[in-house]
Amino acid sequence: MTSEVVVTAPVRARRVREIATELAGLRGPLLPILHAVQEELGYVDQPDVAVIADVLNLAVAEVHGVVTFYKDFRRLPAGRTTVSICQAEACRSVGAVALAEHARRSVGCSFGETTADGRLTLEEIYCFGNCALGPAVQVAGRLYGKVTPARLDALLGEAR
Amino acid sequence: MKVYVPRDSAACSVGADEVAERLVAAAAGTGAARDLEVVRNGSRGMLWLEPLVEVETAAGRVGYGPVAAEDVDGLVAGGMLAGAEVGPYLGLVEELPWMRRQERLTFARVGVVDPLSTVDYEAHGGLAGLRAALAMPPADVVESVVDSGLRGRGGAGFPTGIKWRTVRNADAALKFVCCNADEGDSGTYADRMLIEGDPFTLIEGMTIAAYAVGAAEGYVYLRSEYPDAVATLRAAIERAREVGWLGPDVLGSGFGFDLQVRVGAGAYICGEETSMLESLEGKRGMVRAKPPIPALQGLFGRPTVVNNVLSLATVPAILADGAAAYTAHGVGRSRGTSVFQLGGNVARGGIVETAFGITLGELVNDFGGGTSSGRPVRAVQVGGPLGAYLPVEQFDLPMDYEAFAAAGAMVGHGGIVVFDDTVDMAAMARFAFEFCAAESCGKCTPCRVGAVRGVETIDRIVSGTDRQQNLVLLEDLCELMTDGSLCAMGGLTPMPVRSAVRHFGEDFQA
Repeated sequence: MTSEVVVTAPVRARRVREIATELAGLRGPLLPILHAVQEELGYVDQPDVAVIADVLNLAVAEVHGVVTFYKDFRRLPAGRTTVSICQAEACRSVGAVALAEHARRSVGCSFGETTADGRLTLEEIYCFGNCALGPAVQVAGRLYGKVTPARLDALLGEAR
Repeated sequence: MKVYVPRDSAACSVGADEVAERLVAAAAGTGAARDLEVVRNGSRGMLWLEPLVEVETAAGRVGYGPVAAEDVDGLVAGGMLAGAEVGPYLGLVEELPWMRRQERLTFARVGVVDPLSTVDYEAHGGLAGLRAALAMPPADVVESVVDSGLRGRGGAGFPTGIKWRTVRNADAALKFVCCNADEGDSGTYADRMLIEGDPFTLIEGMTIAAYAVGAAEGYVYLRSEYPDAVATLRAAIERAREVGWLGPDVLGSGFGFDLQVRVGAGAYICGEETSMLESLEGKRGMVRAKPPIPALQGLFGRPTVVNNVLSLATVPAILADGAAAYTAHGVGRSRGTSVFQLGGNVARGGIVETAFGITLGELVNDFGGGTSSGRPVRAVQVGGPLGAYLPVEQFDLPMDYEAFAAAGAMVGHGGIVVFDDTVDMAAMARFAFEFCAAESCGKCTPCRVGAVRGVETIDRIVSGTDRQQNLVLLEDLCELMTDGSLCAMGGLTPMPVRSAVRHFGEDFQA
């Protein structure tokens, strides 16, 4: 992800158009395009929606509807590191709710938010499929199991 | 010498990558590096033993687990690479009671082979099912699956062969095979482990399905929360194409089939088959009304097979060994084996593949060893967030679709989540509604509005506001959602709620 690089609007629009055009031949290309845009540019900006709609010959409202339906698609850049904590039943049975509370306190923001310094984004996730080794936490794309509050602090320390 | 260290994401979440790295470094120190081959296999499914290191010896593979990276140097110095009894030595892995008590058909190769080795795959019986299928007329392949009694492992338990027959008999130039790998239920991870540990089995199963019904194109809808599974499956598809297992001429038969992985985007509802089809088409994951059924009007309105990962991954074994061999396992109308997954607050969590009919108590106590906290088990939730909470008094229930339905519960995808006596069941019931409110697609009112009203009603019950009237209202709401919702999301959310009220009513009196 290129969150550090500032991309100007015209450059971004051109790149989004290239990505959309490249994938437009797939059956049902919209989700792959949105994933590709987010992967490369960090998030799906509002002007991107119109560009993608234009390439796919869809109404802007249709693309907007899809972008906002799925939790994965960000409308704003994430922090430098994203920390996701599983809050589903299996992790709850081994303390995931208390772990989330601890995370909010030590990070200083809630789920779905980014710290003021832009370093960390905190997310809640419903299941990484690590249900026998919970609580499960993902830091910068890497999965960790049996995460205690102390272990989380250590991981957050490394991430900062 | 061959040493196995799992690449499964659960194993890696507790340090398997570091163990593998350390092993190579430690072996270099002893001069054994040149002979050392570290295979990154899938997980055997004994997750409490991860990272589980296996060393190949003349007698078989011996295990060590759990192994911490910092212990590796000492273990290697103590002769681990020669299979010595040092540290967390377990003996022959396949002789461990946990493994011996299982009947692994679907998971036969998971944890055994290198997931991306086509050579390993064939050496362990891979492709036998596809070769058998390609030697038969497609209609006979369908009938073999019908005869096996295989029922959809995604949760609904619909007979797989009947679904295939419907698609086969549909007259259309274009048909699809879709694999539902949107395993969003908490407590279930068998799809992930199969894809990470033995992806060619899924590819083989989908190819057989396509041949049987007359499809040339397949899609695997895989959730974004499983990035390792996405990477492994994409790599496996690439290799399958290279060796001619996929493509215009599968195994030289003249039959053509290819498939793609499509990644979900964090919507639980997309595990519902019609919502998944909408999502594959690039739309919001809104549930479709049925009929028309997807078998007749599925992806892009074409006849479509939609099956769960485990259903498709079981097909090769059925074709290889015959329907009768598969039907020999199981009880009543629940034939074959099922892959149960133990999770949550459990001492020995992991994969238990066994014939239907094993009791809930055997799974939780004998395999699972009770809770990991050491406290008494109070409740288990079977079948994911939409499954019932059951008390210990129901531990004699056999794992079988009909027996569970009769008890107001469901087997679902086979996930079992254990809770100890500190659990607040009113909070869990509230969470079921909260989750439904957040994940509802919003198309039907009972689900979209009912879930929100459910949260409010439970809050009133717990706070003591008109408790008895609100308990009646809650039951009424549950009945309405069960009967009036368009799909299982709203229709089954009452299951955990009602079961919590019925079996753990005292938690609602606080």
